[in-house]
Amino acid sequence: MSFLSPPDRVDLSVKTADEVKTTTCYMCACRCGIKVHLKDGQLRYIEGNRDHPVNKGVLCAKGSAGIMQHNSPARLRKPLLRTGERGSGEFREIEWAEALDLATGWLADIRKTDPRKLAFFTGRDQSQALTGWWASAFGTPNYAAHGGFCSVNMAAAGLYTIGGSFWEFGEPDWEHARYFLMFGVAEDHASNPIKIGLGKLKGRGAKFVSVNPVRTGYSAIADEWIGVKPGTDGMLVLALVHELLKADRIDADYLVRYTNAPWLVVRAPGTAGDGLFARDDKGRPLCWDKRTNAVGDALSAEVSPALAGTYRLADGREAIPSFQLLAERYLDPAYAPEKAAEVTGVSAETIRRIAAELAEVAFSETVTLDVPWTDWAGRRHQTMVGRPVAMHAMRGISAHANGFHTCRAIHMLQTLLGTIDVPGGFRYRPPYPRPAPPAVRPAGKPGQVAPGQAMKGPPLGFTTGPEDLLVEADGTPCRIDKAFSWEAPIAAHGLMHHVIRNAWAGDPYPIDTLFMYMANMSWNSAMNVPETMAMLTDKDSSGAYRIPHIIYSDAYASEMVSYADLVLPDTTYLERWDCVSLLDRPISDADGAADAIRQPVVTPDRDVRAFQDVVLDLGVRLGLPGMVNDDGSARYPGGYSDYLVRHERAPGIGSLAGWRGADGSSDGAGAPNPDQLKRYIDNGCFWQHELAPDQRYFKHANQSYLAYAKSVGFVGSTDPIILQLYVEPMQKFRLAAQGHGPVQPPDRLRARTEKFFDPLPIWYPPFEHETADGFPLSALTQRPMAMYHSWGSQNAWLRQIHGANRIYVGRRLGEREGIADDDWIWIESRLGRVKAQVRLMDGVNDETIWTWNAIGKRSGTWGLAKDAPESQRGFLLNHLIGDVLADGAPNADPVTGQAAWYDLRVRIGKADGPPVSEPQFQSLPRPPGATEPTGLLRYGARFRGRS
Amino acid sequence: MTSLPASPGAKKLGLVIDLDICVGCHACAVNCKEWNAGGHSAPLTDLDPYGKDVDGVWFNRVHSFEAGDHDCGRTVHFPRSCLHCETPDCVTVCPTGASYKRAEDGIVLVNPDTCIGCKLCSWACPYGAREFDETDGVMKKCTLCIDRIYNETMEEVDRVPACVSTCPVSARHFGDLGDPESDVSRLVAARQGYDLMPELGYKPVNKYLPPRMPKRQAAPALMPSEEVAAKGFLAWLDRMLSR
Amino acid sequence: MHPAVSIIFFTAASGTGYGLLALLAAGALAGHLAASPGFGLCAFGLGLGLVGAGLLSSLGHLGHPERAWRALTQWRSSWLSREGVAAIATFVPALVFAGYWVLGGSISAAAAVLTIVGAVVTTICTAMIYASLKPVHAWRNPWTVPIYLVLGFYAGALWLALLVFAFDLQMPGVSLLVAMLGLAGSALKRGYWAFLDRGRADSTPETATGLGTIGKVRMLDPPHTESNYLQKEMGFRVARKHSARLRLLVLVAGFGVPILLSLLANVSGTGPATFMSLLAAVLGSTGVVVERWLFFAEARHTVTLYYGASHA
Ligand SMILES: Nc1nc2c(c(=O)[nH]1)N[C@H]1C(S)=C(S)[C@@H](COP(=O)(O)OP(=O)(O)OC[C@H]3O[C@@H](n4cnc5c(=O)[nH]c(N)nc54)[C@H](O)[C@@H]3O)O[C@H]1N2
Ligand SMILES: Nc1nc2c(c(=O)[nH]1)N[C@H]1C(S)=C(S)[C@@H](COP(=O)(O)OP(=O)(O)OC[C@H]3O[C@@H](n4cnc5c(=O)[nH]c(N)nc54)[C@H](O)[C@@H]3O)O[C@H]1N2
Ligand code: SF4
Ligand code: SF4
Ligand code: SF4
Ligand code: SF4
Ligand code: SF4
Ligand SMILES: [Mo]
Repeated sequence: MSFLSPPDRVDLSVKTADEVKTTTCYMCACRCGIKVHLKDGQLRYIEGNRDHPVNKGVLCAKGSAGIMQHNSPARLRKPLLRTGERGSGEFREIEWAEALDLATGWLADIRKTDPRKLAFFTGRDQSQALTGWWASAFGTPNYAAHGGFCSVNMAAAGLYTIGGSFWEFGEPDWEHARYFLMFGVAEDHASNPIKIGLGKLKGRGAKFVSVNPVRTGYSAIADEWIGVKPGTDGMLVLALVHELLKADRIDADYLVRYTNAPWLVVRAPGTAGDGLFARDDKGRPLCWDKRTNAVGDALSAEVSPALAGTYRLADGREAIPSFQLLAERYLDPAYAPEKAAEVTGVSAETIRRIAAELAEVAFSETVTLDVPWTDWAGRRHQTMVGRPVAMHAMRGISAHANGFHTCRAIHMLQTLLGTIDVPGGFRYRPPYPRPAPPAVRPAGKPGQVAPGQAMKGPPLGFTTGPEDLLVEADGTPCRIDKAFSWEAPIAAHGLMHHVIRNAWAGDPYPIDTLFMYMANMSWNSAMNVPETMAMLTDKDSSGAYRIPHIIYSDAYASEMVSYADLVLPDTTYLERWDCVSLLDRPISDADGAADAIRQPVVTPDRDVRAFQDVVLDLGVRLGLPGMVNDDGSARYPGGYSDYLVRHERAPGIGSLAGWRGADGSSDGAGAPNPDQLKRYIDNGCFWQHELAPDQRYFKHANQSYLAYAKSVGFVGSTDPIILQLYVEPMQKFRLAAQGHGPVQPPDRLRARTEKFFDPLPIWYPPFEHETADGFPLSALTQRPMAMYHSWGSQNAWLRQIHGANRIYVGRRLGEREGIADDDWIWIESRLGRVKAQVRLMDGVNDETIWTWNAIGKRSGTWGLAKDAPESQRGFLLNHLIGDVLADGAPNADPVTGQAAWYDLRVRIGKADGPPVSEPQFQSLPRPPGATEPTGLLRYGARFRGRS
Repeated sequence: MTSLPASPGAKKLGLVIDLDICVGCHACAVNCKEWNAGGHSAPLTDLDPYGKDVDGVWFNRVHSFEAGDHDCGRTVHFPRSCLHCETPDCVTVCPTGASYKRAEDGIVLVNPDTCIGCKLCSWACPYGAREFDETDGVMKKCTLCIDRIYNETMEEVDRVPACVSTCPVSARHFGDLGDPESDVSRLVAARQGYDLMPELGYKPVNKYLPPRMPKRQAAPALMPSEEVAAKGFLAWLDRMLSR
Repeated sequence: MHPAVSIIFFTAASGTGYGLLALLAAGALAGHLAASPGFGLCAFGLGLGLVGAGLLSSLGHLGHPERAWRALTQWRSSWLSREGVAAIATFVPALVFAGYWVLGGSISAAAAVLTIVGAVVTTICTAMIYASLKPVHAWRNPWTVPIYLVLGFYAGALWLALLVFAFDLQMPGVSLLVAMLGLAGSALKRGYWAFLDRGRADSTPETATGLGTIGKVRMLDPPHTESNYLQKEMGFRVARKHSARLRLLVLVAGFGVPILLSLLANVSGTGPATFMSLLAAVLGSTGVVVERWLFFAEARHTVTLYYGASHA
């Protein structure tokens, strides 16, 4: 019988791996810890590292598909030099020596003459601590990463308001929150932590409310979905504030203790001091002390400050607490729920109910932790008491031209409820909080840039007033992207989305070399893609390219590769050293600071080099300070891993905070430790410093935490960090617009600056909405959880999940427009039109259509077949999104310069013709030497001895 | 072998999937693919992996549905894999005995050495849990990660299916649904876990936990405070607050 | 369900073959057919050939045809296995019966009876492969078995009639047999189609997902953007208009015309009768093939409920 049906040979206890190595995932910027199982030198399995603070053992779809990323046929194999016209994709392979000589030649010329002519911009960055430092050493202010088009609105609004931010600088208290309000998040950078957190939160029965025009992903599991009209959240939040103020359901104690609510604001209209804080001669802000009935030191622990009233200062001027300004503003009927309902499409009844729920949970369900702690003034508290309302927000807020203010409004709402860094609320992730705003100013002013010189200071930072701007005497921007100019005074992350246009236009000046890293800037990170491609290839009357040189480092055959003159092929994330540094975008969680490394777990089979090694190598060739010894030899001959261990940013502070000190015994700060990387590897490639229980909340005012933070260089002093409901730097810019001070905006920007630099949050309709007559619908994108921007499409497994994208249209809207499921339609904006296939759905705001981001690919790229669905049925909305408005002004937030992707307005109509998406661009050839993709993938067969 | 076990054991290993918290991230599906590509049923062949008609073998696929109309409805992400049914026809229809249900734990497997690739079992599975590997000419399916759950070379905590250990929201649970006292059985009881297509009588072992419907918190409406109503912002005037 | 050529040919050809063999046996037992070697050679050749070709074709559907013998092992539970066993077992009496007839010029009553039993049992087994599949409403119903049987006999009868006329044998009942079987077959098919059009599977998107308590369930996104094995195998859809046309074709060209031709042949001379019955057989068999194509193409599998179908 056993011959007829022989038993199955199930091997229950196969040994999966010969070796398991830990490292850090980089299928996205969440940076989870992974364990890579290797069998016969091949990748057998990648799993989450259970000990890792970020992902605690779980992995997302992308992380689980790392094997296919590593084996992608789109991997570049050797440096490439352009042979055909730019954009044609015609290259020849060259040796590294030639590539580096070429680059050094171009760059050395620039540095000798005018370092600003190098624009160095990086995209999916994780090495900003290195690249920013390199740019300073080179001497160019024209450096930034992608934050300007990503989420600078969130970062800036947070850092100027609470000294922290959503994004990667803070997180909800997943353990204790009872009510969680989430605005405009599809996935976010903390992919796995948010998912882990939501699971916990819902498991505990807390209520989760998602404000989002689209009901998918996180919003799908929300206990309540609020399908707001895009770009109107600010109004919604301000109406909530209105309701809470009216009912007097705000945490006045919290406001007085931790915020600038009681700080006196000078009321002297028409003068240069109007709207600024009243300060004593040491510059300390003043309040009205009700105990002494006199002006008092607002920073002193001894005062009993008033929140309302009109007071007279010693100099005779009138002043009122900033809270009064706030209350006056938002108690106004202009912010009543009925008004907000008209704007947001959310009923007044719902707004009232949400306000009531927030108040109920905040004030009747307080969380008390039996953890004694000491505040900044040395006062002991027996417990930690919190109001368990948590909030989180991301690009649904930031990617609008009113995002800075909307995000500020959300932070104001949190603060009024007393939920910042309290049990159950929003929690800072070290190294945050930092003073609001952090005390780093951007370098690059006239005089700070000189031939052959390093720049004294970092290219990016936080401006506190007109005097910090990087502008010439006549107001002309100093930077190629016009960051920190009157166009975008608080452009804390630079404005990568303006670089190509400005470089092409020679505005404010022409550049020589555009050096980019890890950014698909001719495709999914471009606004107005067709025009961007044209600018990259445009020539002047002499026949020379208007952007003379483009150097680009990518690991894969992306769309952008074809636009480079010189391509520097990078390694994949499993082949190199990397550093997830506290100096950069950290992976800490609220309970402790953490950083991590990536170690090479497999050796490249191609002639590629880690970009960080290449950058340091170029630095040596250019003789950049800090990268060479006095004799000109390399300071870090071992390359990036050598730099990671030995480079010190400040004495005792380096790229990695763990196991410092010669013997590895210090945490956070200490002398370099030659064995540091080994210690990391032994620990699973990460380091975490867990905060003591009494340091975990009230970090902005927690003596013990602040002392620790100072000791490791997170903050400069142990002074409490005061939350800034009223943002004085905004008023300083506004005063300049009103004609005060030496640095004033050009006349054409005066009115705009005055309007948008309101020290209290405001709501205004996004610019595109106001001007785009005849385009009644908003068009949005969302991050698919199983795809990372453009780079997941080369992945044989992930592309099966998202090989093409649909345009999602509300069923009611579809009925109105006579559009059925599976129809093809034109999506038209003022820039042009895109053809796409429809999917009808119920869970979407009636005036909104949306699609998954970055699924559409240009034919011939990413190692895919020319007729792959990504190019035939995939599409980008980017073709329709302007980087400038119809009137030529930036399509951006006027405060930060953040790109307003989600302000796109469109109309739709049925399309006929073949079922192929449009526009189609000329198919690109595979780079020379590229592997021919296989037609049959039987990965894994060898592990079971099958062929 | 192809008949169902004459005396099935009490143990019924299976999954419990919580539709209330599944965010549809596909992590379970991809991690399943990754593990099983080199596991018991290796490989999970992909046809035309970089081309126009990409099509691969997956043991777990995540669908998305909308239930109910417009704003009153819900979007539900819905992972679908073999339910290791108690009385599945996928086993009994198999002419070769390649498809079988293990008496000791109820896991339904395919023997790749005897399967003739007639596809009948895939027709007999109402749930679409069977995947034909064209290149190997045999049927494949979720093995409940049989090469993990008993794997003595692995740490005890790792001996759960790949999809369970990787799910970021913990929407997937693994255990013995034959034991009413097990965690999974309790969960099913507490949350009214249900069967898919019970009308067909396959008696799936895997259970789904239903999405909970929108919660309206019973918060008392906010009433304007008398003070604020009367005095506006000056209501805050008289408070003695200390820093 | 995907109408695979190999399977359509298998069920149609072997059904016809068994029908023909069974009718030969029945005709012989009833004394309507005498054991003439020429006729026998052709009739058995055709019958056994159709059965054999059908079985071979079914192997073409397998991923591992070389392991096909394994399919004989699970007759205790599997209709497919039973079908295989029955098919092979039927060859024994059929060959004996044929041997007596062709070589011995005589009829073995025992072999004839066993051939009839074998043919009927095998055809029922074939039908039961489909009729037992709970996920396919169009198959798991009381119509499937009778249709397989009657259509097998009908097509068998058409070919028998052709041979009878070609060999100018005297079998007056054969045209009537064709007509009766044809009428029965078309009645069954019409009943079946009415049943299909009226009824739907108990399973719905709501029961498939269990989300019916919330409301109507619609697919938002399939798991993968390109179609997979399940969709290609189970998700075949035929347009309503197309299937209506094909149904009409089956009724008219597959049943109506062959019946008329057969009756006409009965009253014609040998030459024209042979021609007419050849035309009838070809048309009728084509009708059966189209009918079989529809049997698959119109069948909906419950798995499609997960891929956007509103019913199964
Ligand atoms: N319509 C629309 N457009 C958007 C957005 C949107 O929401 N909607 N979002 C915007 C936002 S927030 C962002 S951040 C951008 C993201 O857009 P990009 O920054 O362009 O991100 P990716 O598409 O991931 O491209 C990064 C490039 O890095 C390359 N790469 C991947 N791994 C490596 C590596 O290890 N080394 C090197 N050297 N290169 C590598 C990839 O091949 C790819 O070419 O998109 C923006 N564009
Ligand atoms: N899997 C995956 N993870 C990623 C990325 C990826 O590509 N893939 N990219 C990473 C990057 S660079 C970034 S910047 C983050 C971004 O992470 P998210 O902020 O989650 O980015 P988006 O997908 O742009 O999500 C924006 C959400 O806001 C909603 N929305 C749009 N407009 C509005 C509005 O006006 N109001 C409200 N309330 N909601 C609105 C959209 O429907 C969408 O759900 O994700 C990071 N993580
Ligand atoms: S979220 Fe996913 S892709 Fe991103 S780092 Fe973590 S496992 Fe990797
Ligand atoms: S889900 Fe399908 S394959 Fe799995 S046991 Fe049930 S019937 Fe069989
Ligand atoms: S495909 Fe294989 S497992 Fe399925 S029924 Fe046929 S022989 Fe059995
Ligand atoms: S139990 Fe294993 S084989 Fe089954 S779906 Fe989960 S990971 Fe895949
Ligand atoms: S991993 Fe978990 S949350 Fe993600 S799709 Fe699977 S079950 Fe749902
Ligand atoms: Mo981003």
